[in-house]
Amino acid sequence: MKFRTRAIHVGNEPDPATGAVVPPLHLASTFVQAKAGVPQEYDYARSGSPTRKSFETTLANLEGGTHALAFATGMAATTCVTMMLSSGDHIVAGRDIYGGTYRLLHNVMNRFGIGVTLVRTDGDLSELKAAITPRTRLLWIETPGNPLMSITDIAACAEVARQHRLLLAVDSTFATPALTRPLELGADIVMHSATKYIGGHSDLLGGALVVQDKALYDKLYYIQNATGPVMGPLESYLCTRGLKTLELRVREQSRVAAQLADWLSDNPRVARVNYPGRAGHPGHSIAARQMDGAFGAMLSFEIKGGYEAAQRLVESTKLFALAVSLGAVESLIEQPASMSHASYQREDRLAVGISDGLIRVSVGLEDFEDLRDDLDQALVSALK
Amino acid sequence: MGNMKTNDRTANETARGISTTCVHAGEERQKEASSITDPIFCASTYTFANTAAVIEFIEKKLPREEYGRYGNPGEKVVERKLAALDGAEAAVLYSSGMAAVAGLLLAKLNSGDEVIFFDECYHRTREFCSKHMARFGVVTHQVPAGDYDAMEAAINKNTRLLVSESPTNPHLSVVDLERFAGLGRKHGVETLIDATLGTPYNVQPIGAGVDYVLHSATKYLGGHNDLLAGVIVGSEEQLAPVRKLRGITGAVNSPHNFYLLERGLKTFELRMQRHNANGQAVAEFLHEHPRIEKVYYPGLPSHPYHEIASRTMRGFGGLVTFLIKDADWRATADVVDRVQIPRIAPSLGGVESLIEQPLVMSYYEMPVEDRKRFGIPDNMIRLSCGIENTEDLVADLKQALQG
Ligand SMILES: Cc1ncc(COP(=O)(O)O)c(C=O)c1O
Ligand SMILES: Cc1ncc(COP(=O)(O)O)c(C=O)c1O
Repeated sequence: MKFRTRAIHVGNEPDPATGAVVPPLHLASTFVQAKAGVPQEYDYARSGSPTRKSFETTLANLEGGTHALAFATGMAATTCVTMMLSSGDHIVAGRDIYGGTYRLLHNVMNRFGIGVTLVRTDGDLSELKAAITPRTRLLWIETPGNPLMSITDIAACAEVARQHRLLLAVDSTFATPALTRPLELGADIVMHSATKYIGGHSDLLGGALVVQDKALYDKLYYIQNATGPVMGPLESYLCTRGLKTLELRVREQSRVAAQLADWLSDNPRVARVNYPGRAGHPGHSIAARQMDGAFGAMLSFEIKGGYEAAQRLVESTKLFALAVSLGAVESLIEQPASMSHASYQREDRLAVGISDGLIRVSVGLEDFEDLRDDLDQALVSALK
Repeated sequence: MGNMKTNDRTANETARGISTTCVHAGEERQKEASSITDPIFCASTYTFANTAAVIEFIEKKLPREEYGRYGNPGEKVVERKLAALDGAEAAVLYSSGMAAVAGLLLAKLNSGDEVIFFDECYHRTREFCSKHMARFGVVTHQVPAGDYDAMEAAINKNTRLLVSESPTNPHLSVVDLERFAGLGRKHGVETLIDATLGTPYNVQPIGAGVDYVLHSATKYLGGHNDLLAGVIVGSEEQLAPVRKLRGITGAVNSPHNFYLLERGLKTFELRMQRHNANGQAVAEFLHEHPRIEKVYYPGLPSHPYHEIASRTMRGFGGLVTFLIKDADWRATADVVDRVQIPRIAPSLGGVESLIEQPLVMSYYEMPVEDRKRFGIPDNMIRLSCGIENTEDLVADLKQALQG
């Protein structure tokens, strides 16, 4: 079966009791045991619940995995992976990983004696290879990366991970299983902030891990159950619901993002556009290989006129809302220098390519013409 | 977010009765859309009107929401309500009780630090410490529950936290909270009490000087067996790094769950009164019954902790543990299988009575010697009395024991 068919049917068997085409939502925290000592599939909701299982089953299938785990947030999913490590272990991670992941590694895991080295993972992998030590256990990458849409070659990283017996985890939040399936490219763990495209409607927080290896799943499951940051039942249902339209949304949002990227590149007020679907993007050829027919709905661009112009731009849009987060049907806009990357020192920020005039856009499901016109008027008023 | 100002909440909420606190504490008097109940905010993210609003937010001039993982208006309401119930300054809500345990320990401990437990504390909390935190270089010590001298003797310069549950599960041993808190204060070590079984209705560890109180709100606080939640209460200052860490590790609860929790809390006092009455009546009935070898319930004068419990607890809770006389595990299971009202399920603290044989439900795969060490004999039954009518529960147990 094809992706969209599986998104709708796998893990979504009609309710046997009533025939309801959508299974009922189970709020129960505990499950009645028919007889003492006869184990059943569910006993206590922290350890598993039917509604969460339904989402996990569908997602595992869509990622080409065998098991998935649903979490309260994306960060809870990431934390679960890092909790497999021990004092003295070492992580190599991409230098443009999500800020929350950066803080987890640098402000929390370091207190437990777990070391981290950040390296460039897009393009040439020599820096990554050089950072690996005998204590390295985990390679953590994110692709496309934020906010320059840097592309990391998952298959090449998987090869390095195999050689050094490391676990390779991929934060695939921006790509979604509709466009990239890291497990098929050799990754061990796929991580999602389901808050983004999987939910897709800005109305839930969620996270997920997907794996192919039962032993690895057992380890992660044990930690999830011991530390308890599980996804709630309504969120699980909304994620199941989100998966049904995931491919439609992501392909359509990507199509509009590509059109906007082209339009922006031709705009005299714009100095530069970062979108992996454009031939000039440094990661374009890798993206064309590992992304399935579209390049995602995130893009960034630099407005001429720097910090103040960018600030005026994000204030002048009428459809794009000024907010952090991404991946929903509503288009969002932000200025990394003043919002998502405001905690960076200016020099550090510039060194990683995040200029004062950079604008990040999460393209929603609105019509291309409307979004273009909105950006057009905002660019005009920003540079007046 | 003009509705987030605190000045229209009554300053002296804590002087009020418990149900008044349950119904009103933490809530604004005048809510969005003039609604009597709090709205559920599902939003993952919050928009800014303009860059000035972003900058004002970053410079902390304007308290407002930003992104769901860092806070939610409904979460703040339920946190204030939970803090008020425990007579504490602040509360941090989590996706489950275990997430609260992990949240506090990961925030407060570093590699090289040590923790001391009373050994009847919830076994999964101890396991989390001795397995996971051990890999992170944290050392766990366990001393016999109630042995304050052993606990004091185990304190050294690396000790950061003393932990106990009270009452404990399933033995319902009760900690002398002032003595426990005093031990921590004397040695400059923080203290944590898991008061899930006690609830803020029956015990007030913060008032006794304990630093942090943990509740699996899945149990009595939610009270309807329909949500998972956990909470840590304490002082704003001590909880600040805990709250910050929750924003990083993301073990937050969901808006739908914490609305159900807020809703459940409205009837908290009523439910607890009935849970306590049922627990006491069932314990007394079992105590007199010829087929019962022993009853663990702090409200019975025969219970070894009855004196401390009477001094420090308002009521003794809905959980009753008992041993069937001359019964092997099968004969004990037969009693469990014969009850008609309580359902066989793990968990406790909900309106539905639940019954389980700890050997079968929680310790099935554990070797006999370990079960002995944990004090879990084959003939033990744990009954979580719900809020059904007392006579019905007693009559049901009577027929189940006759069989
Ligand atoms: C790429 C990426 N990874 C991880 C996260 C964290 O996910 P969550 O906010 O659901 O915890 C986010 C978003 O915040 C993200 O954009
Ligand atoms: C005393 C006690 N503490 C902590 C927990 C853990 O709470 P939760 O199941 O909500 O994670 C439980 C219940 O499982 C409990 O009974």
